[in-house]
Order: sequence, then C-alpha cells, then structure tokens
Amino acid sequence: MSLMQSIAIMLGREPAKPAPEAYSPEARALHEEKRAHKADKALRDELHAALHDAHKVHTWRNRRWITLLVVNLLFVASYRFDVQLIEGALTASRVIGFHFADLNSALQVTLAFKTILINLIIGTGTVLLMWLLLGGRSFCSWTCPYHLVAEWAEALHLKLAARKLVKDHALDRRVRTVLWVVFAVLALGTGYTVYETISPTGILSRALIYGPGLALGVVGVLLLLEIFYSRRLWCRYLCPIGLTYGAVGAVSPLRVAYRPALCHHEGACRKVCLVPHVLDATKKGYATGLHQGLGADCTRCGLCVDICPTGSLRFEVKYLDKLL
Amino acid sequence: MTAAAVRPPPSPVQLERRRRFLRSVLLGGAAVGAALAGWIPIAIRAEPRLRPPGAIAEDEFLASCIKCGQCVQVCPVKAIELGDITEGFGIGVPHIDARAQACDFSCDAVQCILACPTGALTHAISKKEEVRMGIARLARPDACLARQGAGFKGQARGPSYTGLHRYEKVDRWKPIPVADHPYDLELCDLCVRECPVPEAIRLGPMSDDPADRRRHVEITQTCVGCGMCEMICPVEPAAIVIDARAQWRPA
Repeated sequence: MSLMQSIAIMLGREPAKPAPEAYSPEARALHEEKRAHKADKALRDELHAALHDAHKVHTWRNRRWITLLVVNLLFVASYRFDVQLIEGALTASRVIGFHFADLNSALQVTLAFKTILINLIIGTGTVLLMWLLLGGRSFCSWTCPYHLVAEWAEALHLKLAARKLVKDHALDRRVRTVLWVVFAVLALGTGYTVYETISPTGILSRALIYGPGLALGVVGVLLLLEIFYSRRLWCRYLCPIGLTYGAVGAVSPLRVAYRPALCHHEGACRKVCLVPHVLDATKKGYATGLHQGLGADCTRCGLCVDICPTGSLRFEVKYLDKLL
Repeated sequence: MTAAAVRPPPSPVQLERRRRFLRSVLLGGAAVGAALAGWIPIAIRAEPRLRPPGAIAEDEFLASCIKCGQCVQVCPVKAIELGDITEGFGIGVPHIDARAQACDFSCDAVQCILACPTGALTHAISKKEEVRMGIARLARPDACLARQGAGFKGQARGPSYTGLHRYEKVDRWKPIPVADHPYDLELCDLCVRECPVPEAIRLGPMSDDPADRRRHVEITQTCVGCGMCEMICPVEPAAIVIDARAQWRPA
C-alpha cells in the first residue's frame, strides 16, 4: 500500500481490493498456495481453539493502559504533590522544563491568534518528533485519557450489543476530515479556539489535574452515545486530534506490521480494531506483499497483536530490523 | 404512469447508505454546533473577567491561551482558576476571583507570566508595577470604614475565610491564611496597608478639621488592578472592587 493510499483511507476513502498488478510475485504465490490448500476441518478447529486462548492475551493492552495512566497521573502528581515532572495539561506542558505542546491545540491557537509563537514552535517541534518516532496516533491509544474511558464504554456497548439490547450505528468516516477542516476554518475565521470548547481530551485532562467541572458533561454525553448508539463514535468518526496525529503516523517507523504467511484470515483482528480499515490487508487475498505496515490511521493500540493467534500482526520499528 | 412512479423502492443497502449519511451530517453538525455554542457566554457576558497579570486584550487572550493551566500551577496563593464550559470559548482560560483570592504578587516575579507558553500573558512584562489588570474603585463609599472614621479589630474576612496573603513581616517567603493574621486598627486602612503596589491607594482627610478622623480613599494611576484591596476589605460585600480590564485614560 502506498503512502498516498494510506492517507486517502485515513481521510475516509473505503479500502478496496488491490488491483492485480499491485501484488508482489511472492504474495501472489502465497495466495495461490492458500487457495490450493484449503485448511481442513482439524486445522480450523485447532485455530478456533488457539483464537479462544488468544482472547485471553492482554499483554499490549495492559502495557498501554499502564502507560496511559502513568502519563496522566504524572500530570496530576506534578501539580498536586509538586513533583514538577510534567507541568500543565495535555494541551501544553513543560516536561522537566522543556516545552511540549499538543499538535492540535497548538494548531488551533496559531490559527486563531494568527501569530507564530516561538515557545509553541519549540513545543510542537518536540512533540512532533516524539510522536513521529512513537507512531502518530499512538498519542490516542497510549496517552489520551478519553481513549481509555471510551474503551470501557465500548466494552459495555459490545456486551449490550451481544444481548441485542443496542445496535451499532456506523457513520461515514469522511465526517472526521470535514470536521478537521471546519474547526481549522472556524479558528481562523472567528479568532477563537472553537474546537477546544468541546475537546474531550482537553476537558478530561484538565478535570484530572485541576478538578472536575460541568465540562465533564461533554464527556458524559459522548460516552452515552458510544454505549447506546454508535461504537467508538468520537475516536472513530469525529475527533480531529486523531486526524492530526494520524498524519504524523503516516510516516512513523514504529508500526504494526502484517505478515500474511501464517494468517488464517479469521478476521478477529478487525473485530477488535478501532479503525478496521487499516486491517483490510488481512482479508483473504488482499495482502500485496509478504510484509507490510498497517495504514496511517492505526493507533498502535496493539489489540490486534494481542488477539492474533498466529503472530501475523506484530509491532516493529521500520528500518531498525534492517540495521540489526 | 410516469417513469418516476414505477421506480423500484430503495434497496436495504441504499437505505442504510442514506441513513449513514444523515447520521454523519447530524452528529458532525451537532459537534460543530455544540462547539460554536461556546460563543454565547462570550456574547452575553456583561462584566469582563479579571485575568491574571500580563493578560493581553481579551479577544487575543482567548485566541492565544492554550488552556493548559501552567499559570494556575505556579501561583503561590492559588489565585488563578480555569474557566468551566459555562465560559464557552473561555473554557480552560484562567481568571481570578479577587474577592475569594486575589493576586498579591507574593511570587515577586510574576510567575504566571513566565509559565505561560503562548504569551497570552505577555512576556513584555517582568515587574508587578507594569501589570494592568484593571483599576480599583470605591464602589460602596458609604460602607467604607475609613470614610466613617471607623477602626477595625479582628480577622479581616472572618474566621472561616481561607484566602492567603503574604505578610512580609511574618514570613518573607510564605503566604499565610488571612484568618491567621488578625488586626487591631484605630482607623481601617486595610486596602492601603496590604496593597502590594506602592502609592496605588491613598487615604486623605475628608475635611480641614484635624479632629475629623474620616478619610477618603484615593486610587492613583499606579494601581495595577490586582484585587488585593477587594480581597482584604472587611465589609460585606466589599466597599472597594476592581473594574476588570479598565485602563487609565492617557493624560
């Protein structure tokens, strides 16, 4: 998958089966082989059993939750107990004295204020470099406090959906791209950081650090919508911050890579994924190579890595394995 | 029958596509609408907020503030609070409720300005005398104890008041609760006594009669509008208040 395709899919285009000429000869041979040797029943049963065990693996999820909690608690502790490691909130902070600025918040401020601020340049530069190395939307799944509560709401939604009490209502993914542009234009046009008024990331981060307020109502409404109406509504279809970091993730070397050789195309990874369009290559006959990264929109949350019983999905640092 | 009348009903796939489009427009529109509703509190607010030292013009302040609260964190008397969603676009933007806890510059070096990452609190200011938050005004002259020639004895704001103030003679470095520092004054001059800016408030005689203890309160152009006088004023509600954002007209 080319970089342009990966970005187009992130912006909202639905992924399609690759054109015949897109496949590498090795991938084509692999697909031929898999078609010729359909897995027999014994193998399929074995796989289902393995999948059942895989459901109990939460290695990456646990690492991620711990990281997310530690980062957010460091913000809280820095203020409450005067530890001074990370002062400020997720929108902007000083990490042991160094300026950090959230890319989306810095963008909104710059568009609204129409001034280049040296501290913001330093802060966004540092953060850009950091997330460039760490995977872009890994900001979402490894740092954003809303992501964590949304995961819990999602678990509830899935339980209710399994009992047919609620139904997932999908949205058109292009709406996020539209919102990103609308909020950028509004900041530029009105001179206010309009998006920050409802940003659940900023609201939750400040509520944790400075104490709760009425603004948590925004978070409450979103979670209710996600439990009863649309699975992962905010992170999946609406949040402009996700798109900002996704753009960084498009070229990040830290990624989840897919190797189709051992894959049985059961689709368990796509079922747990926040952004299943990045896992289109895991459909039978869709992989164009023997080793490819997932798309820009991938949040590097590792749920697919945890659930894959064959090890076909793994974290990797691009270029690094070639060096070693 | 026309061609339109015999058009087959939409397939389930088409229906779902239409519904999905409608949902996307409605929910996306709701998100933008909710965010834009943040303009309403800005538009209907009659009195401007008292902003921390160094705050640039209000519109630019709201635009440039990145809503991180670093100013809140460095303030030794915890004077600065962040706006809730009821402030609309001012959510997460710092303000000071001077009556509850004023800025008394006990940090000495305008720490909030140094902490601000965007210059919403302008770095052009480095001394408290340069600050222009507003101007003090004797809003209720009849209630002013000095104008009545009255003294004051006891805790300025009562025993349950939790506000802090740095009393240089008590502890040069650490602010203490106002409630821990009772007064015994023959003539109430609390606003003058605790004002952190030299000569910002003066008391002057009300008449030529030397026996007349009454004093009128004069606010001079060195007043920076920090709100310490409003905080310490012992009458309820305060006789002296800050007109936030007010500026002296150039002479």
